[in-house]
Amino acid sequence: MSDTVLLDAYGIAKSFGAVHALTNARLRVRAGEVVALMGANGAGKSTFIKIITGALKPGSGQVLIRGEEVRVGNPAQARKSGLVPVYQEPSLIPDLDVTDNLRLGDTPKESFMKWVEELGITDLNMSDTIGELPLATLRILDLARALASEPDVLLLDEMTAALPADLVERVLKVVRQQANEGMGVIYVSHRFNEILELCDTASVLRDGETVGDLTIEAGVEERAVELMLGQKIELGERKITTDLRAHSGNPRVKVRNLAIAPKVTGIDFDLYPGEVLGVVALEGQGQDELFDILAGFYPATSGLIEVNGKSMSFKHPADAIAAGLTLVPGNRADALLAQRSVRENIALPFSVRLPTWGALKLRHERERVQFAIDKLQIDTRAEGEVQRLSGGNQQKVTIGRWLATGVETLLLFDPTRGIDVRTKRQIYPLVRELAAKGASVLFYTSELDEVSLACDRAIVIFNGQIVDVIDAKDADEQTLMRAAYGLTSREGVA
Amino acid sequence: MSDVIRKNAWVAGLVALLAVLLVVTKLIQPTFGVSGLESIARAALPFAFATAGMAVVVIVGGIDLSVASMMAVCAVAAAVLMERMAGVPALLIVLALGLVMGFLNGALIVLTRVPDIVVTLAMLFVWEGVALLILETPGGAASDWLEQSIRGSFLVPGIPNALVVTIICVAVVWLPIRRSKLGLSIYATGSDELAAFRSGVAIGPTKILAYSLCGVLCAFGGLSLAALTGIGEPVPGPYLLASVAAVVLGGVVLGGGRGSLLGPLIAVYILRIIRTILTLLAFDPNVTTIIEGVIMVGVVMLGTAAMMRGAQQ
Repeated sequence: MSDTVLLDAYGIAKSFGAVHALTNARLRVRAGEVVALMGANGAGKSTFIKIITGALKPGSGQVLIRGEEVRVGNPAQARKSGLVPVYQEPSLIPDLDVTDNLRLGDTPKESFMKWVEELGITDLNMSDTIGELPLATLRILDLARALASEPDVLLLDEMTAALPADLVERVLKVVRQQANEGMGVIYVSHRFNEILELCDTASVLRDGETVGDLTIEAGVEERAVELMLGQKIELGERKITTDLRAHSGNPRVKVRNLAIAPKVTGIDFDLYPGEVLGVVALEGQGQDELFDILAGFYPATSGLIEVNGKSMSFKHPADAIAAGLTLVPGNRADALLAQRSVRENIALPFSVRLPTWGALKLRHERERVQFAIDKLQIDTRAEGEVQRLSGGNQQKVTIGRWLATGVETLLLFDPTRGIDVRTKRQIYPLVRELAAKGASVLFYTSELDEVSLACDRAIVIFNGQIVDVIDAKDADEQTLMRAAYGLTSREGVA
Repeated sequence: MSDVIRKNAWVAGLVALLAVLLVVTKLIQPTFGVSGLESIARAALPFAFATAGMAVVVIVGGIDLSVASMMAVCAVAAAVLMERMAGVPALLIVLALGLVMGFLNGALIVLTRVPDIVVTLAMLFVWEGVALLILETPGGAASDWLEQSIRGSFLVPGIPNALVVTIICVAVVWLPIRRSKLGLSIYATGSDELAAFRSGVAIGPTKILAYSLCGVLCAFGGLSLAALTGIGEPVPGPYLLASVAAVVLGGVVLGGGRGSLLGPLIAVYILRIIRTILTLLAFDPNVTTIIEGVIMVGVVMLGTAAMMRGAQQ
């Protein structure tokens, strides 16, 4: 490692409307150095990466490459100045073949082929269309393309996600080699073991601010987890305690050996009536796929899903709904009819279920809707359009309509994302109440403190597998964060 | 070699279909020969240019609803200009006019960020009005040499001039671009805009370029209209939807990124020959359009299924 500073970004701030994604982020990369960029979900990593690579303009602050300010307006310019990113989703053109993709970015072919082989792909045909190649190959090609352009600074965003173990080895080796020869590398990853193996330092981002720089050494995980968590706003206290022994009956949903290629490799869990089962995972560990499968969006690669003791294979979301599994998606827009009224949105699930073509029973519907609205304290006239409600109130509608309808199993995918604290506090009791009425709730959350507030237990998914099951009473944020990063919590807790 | 065939399977299928249709025509009408081919090629001229233009914007991921009215503007402009000045400068002015109209379409889409379908629908009306301003009723006169250039088959023996002219004009406009990085950029933008952006493609200029090319090809279409009728007709013919049909049948995927200009051009002739066959068989003209529609859906459906099976193997 030398003292030449290749990349220096400081004082970076960026707001989207009222949301401050970044307030004061910085990052410095020296020649020969591999820097890990770390941060919990929502810390502002993606925004920071976009700014460094020129896909976004910073609100304030400067990005210097080799001491020169980069007036980046687009990725092409950042690339010219020597910073080359490899994004999470490959940026190769699906309908063009390998040769054309290289021509598009003026990548030298010989050098590219050399890197492809170095990285462990031996059977590449240059006339293969990109869209027909497997994801793992694409990521390697993307990396080879980046290396072939001989960057000063290489940015790898979750490079090893979706890669098989042998390719991960190769990638880490090649990147380390390049760093030893003077390249600067920014390594964005959720995987501590890779960071320990590859990186020299780590820069930790929390709530849009760079809160610390760490030297990578044994035991650095503790410090990193601490930095990523920081101080949190108190979200209230858990009022209801559940007796886990109450779940001694048969599980409502039983999942065994569930695999969804390529991300999920083996998930087992039981979800009991009256239970809220938390799901904790960093972004992209397979939780999206798990929820998609349970909601019947597409079939699993292999494995077993039982509902009330009956084996299920969902071919359509309607099958999952018929089996009593209902998804509240992470994106509210996917669940609501934005231009229709609150009343219609709440009534929709049970109108859809009407077995006949007959007219809607409006009075009956009104009563149930009114019940739900009172319950939820939605501060609007129920005839107003849903899109005029605040995000929090919209979310209350998406959950509350199941209160009015009655639901067996609710799949909540990060229901409090982007919602104000006051509304959050109303949502937890709502979830508990659904459970108290006998519903089973699977509750993925990106906010770790919600586990102890709303759940009975939590499963932790890392790299497509369940790595831990944690009881709500033990589920402090440290424990969960460690588990989510694939560090065994049992040693830490004991 | 097998790679080339696999990648151009759709075009190969269209060529086979075209050959079958020609044989069928010959069986139904034993006298069908060069003159029959020539009349089909002449009738197909404006369709071919409208389709080529549409194909370029569909490949870039857009659509242009104003192709027919741009052709009308160019047709009346050609007829009016050629009546008053020498043919060649008039021709160049018309081509420039097409380029400018296409450029405006593209620039409006890129700069205003209004969806392409809305912008070009609006421009459809604008260009219609412009055509009527230039010439309120059919009139003017196309140059003689322009009319002659698409008659007979003297350029290449045995092949109708109209077909030769189509191929040359489209090739001159498209091939230099297709072979350069600009062509790659057009395909890249249509295939995946985000990936293209990240690969360093200038998305906006690429789109504007594609629409400009479409405008130039529409100018050729307008010139061919003037050549066919000898005058300028300000009201656009039924070329818009016909061009979308040929583009789809030609293997260009709506949404962009896939296909070539060759497929849609062959599709134009397929659609014309189907019409000829149905006429020869003395079908009710109203039934003819129903059959054409059914054939189109059928071919695209079967073709897509065959491609998917091929991809799985």
